Amino acid sequence: MQEIYKKIRNHPDFLNLVQTRKRISWLLTTIIIFCYFTFIIIIAFAPNIFSQKIFSDSVITFGIIIGLLIILLSIFLTGIYVYIANKKLDEINNKVIKKITAN
Amino acid sequence: MNFSLLSILFILTSFSVYANDSQPVNPSEINITAVVMFIIFISITLGITYWAAKKTRSASDFYTAGGNISGLQNGLAIAGDYMSAASFLGISGLVFASGFDGLIYSIGFLVGWPVILFLLAERLRNLGKYTFADAVSFRLQAMPIRSLAACGTLAVVILYLIAQMVGAGKLIQILFGLPYSVAVFIVGLLMICYVTFGGMLATTWVQTIKAILLLFGATFLALAVLNQFEFSFNALFTEAISNHRLGEAIMSPGGLINDPVSAISLGLALMFGTAGLPHILMRFFTVKDAKQARSSVFFATSFIGYFYILTFVIGFGAIVMLTNNPSFLDGAGNILGGNNMAAVHLSKAVGGDVFLGFISAVAFATILAVVSGLTLAGASAISHDLYASLFCHGKAQEKREVMVSRISTIMLGVVAILLGITFEKQNVAYMVGLAFAIAASVNFPILFFSMYWSRLTTRGAFIGGAAGLLTAILCVLFGPIVWVDILGNTKAIFPYKYPALFSMSIAFITIIIISYLDKSPQAKEETAAFDDQFVRAQTGLGAEGATQH
Repeated sequence: MQEIYKKIRNHPDFLNLVQTRKRISWLLTTIIIFCYFTFIIIIAFAPNIFSQKIFSDSVITFGIIIGLLIILLSIFLTGIYVYIANKKLDEINNKVIKKITAN
Repeated sequence: MNFSLLSILFILTSFSVYANDSQPVNPSEINITAVVMFIIFISITLGITYWAAKKTRSASDFYTAGGNISGLQNGLAIAGDYMSAASFLGISGLVFASGFDGLIYSIGFLVGWPVILFLLAERLRNLGKYTFADAVSFRLQAMPIRSLAACGTLAVVILYLIAQMVGAGKLIQILFGLPYSVAVFIVGLLMICYVTFGGMLATTWVQTIKAILLLFGATFLALAVLNQFEFSFNALFTEAISNHRLGEAIMSPGGLINDPVSAISLGLALMFGTAGLPHILMRFFTVKDAKQARSSVFFATSFIGYFYILTFVIGFGAIVMLTNNPSFLDGAGNILGGNNMAAVHLSKAVGGDVFLGFISAVAFATILAVVSGLTLAGASAISHDLYASLFCHGKAQEKREVMVSRISTIMLGVVAILLGITFEKQNVAYMVGLAFAIAASVNFPILFFSMYWSRLTTRGAFIGGAAGLLTAILCVLFGPIVWVDILGNTKAIFPYKYPALFSMSIAFITIIIISYLDKSPQAKEETAAFDDQFVRAQTGLGAEGATQH
């Protein structure tokens, strides 16, 4: 197995795959961490922003809408990642392994 | 290990001196539907356990159900493992009491899931076998790493178990009219049965069934509430504002977090604590491969997110339907049994005794599913990380390892029952918070660095993780909740309620510094081994596969 690992390690196709995966996962991680901590910081420093009403004739506040959006965003981002990783990246992964282990 | 046990002993003894003024709970009359539903649930789950016991032979069967669980079912089981009675009753109760603030907690409990998926899930599945310590000790020294991971696991499991047991005892006392200690005993006994005989397979099914029941029950509750307002959220909120003593303030952030340090600290604990919970991490080994591991996080996040939206609606529904309804209030105008009973009372208000019975049984099932998952994770740490890897240097006979695991399950069950009874009258709210802080400051950092930083050495991981563990425990011990509220001192030595910002920073910084300073030949080997680990983590080549039945 270590022989195979060695072969794969520096193969350009593998490095490409790793680069793509890294870019996607860190981008999505940054988005969710940024949104969540912005939400928390606003609550701690400027809760008034979240007390604003979305329409003048509605009692619903921005805070509730943003909170709901973060829940939906979490589901949406995990969905995107799973779609890309399971449909696209896995395919590339299998191709790379096949190609490298074949010769 | 020694330290966490010592500190727990210390907390135990100091608690018995300072009695707490927690509210007495009056047993109510027995709800027949609840009892019938509950007996049906127990019969079905014990039936499944009998079936699972016949299929559970190897270590892989016991720890991971043979790795044959599908992504969808694992997603449901994760949701069932994670949506505790505390989330269901606690968060709807928090929304009932203060509106918007409940949402802050639910969001915190949810946002850890994307992080687990993007950073950990597939690498964990590709590197590990039964416990997350497998992945960390892939290239690091098994001896120190596994003992540290086992400490982290057992500390989280025991704290979490106590909180669940105490909650369970009180809840069952109210719902079924059983004495507290009997309730705790029943929960402990059932949990021992599921895990000892049925291992991960039975635990998974208990969690799956519970997740479906809970999602169904919560959906019905929320729909019943919305139906009254012709599905207009604005109408529901308007009515809630006019009923609630805080008025329009329930629509905005209240006093839950007001200083930035606490805000960030709580945020860190919730987000990265989830990514370090041993009973959650363990679930990733129950699926076939990285692909299924990823799908299971997507399903779990969807179910949990949907569930938290429901609890928000349920909390507001409870404000509208219970606040001015004398049949749910005591003499002082407070809700019977405390705010945490909001969802339970609401079920009676919208669906009568039958639905109340259903929700009560679901709450009981919820507790059973969560404590089973916890106990299994704790037992695996004892048998796989301590017994098989440390005591037998990885040469344990499989049969013996499974037997040790079963014995550990029984021991943990007995400990949980005893601690549950000991802590009956104590304030246990800080325990889940401490469990999350420890998970975020011990388990998460060593797991994260082992996968992402080639320079991590055994020495760095061990000393850094231990520093994180110590800091988290000391901060809570000397913080406002334990030092002032429970031990009765006037001023907290550590001023913040949530330690994660400090304990995580200390863990991260110590791990980095010690690893850099580590120039031993062993450290060089560990760094060199990163390349192989990296290829396996990325491609899944050489990963543990599913066993055939």
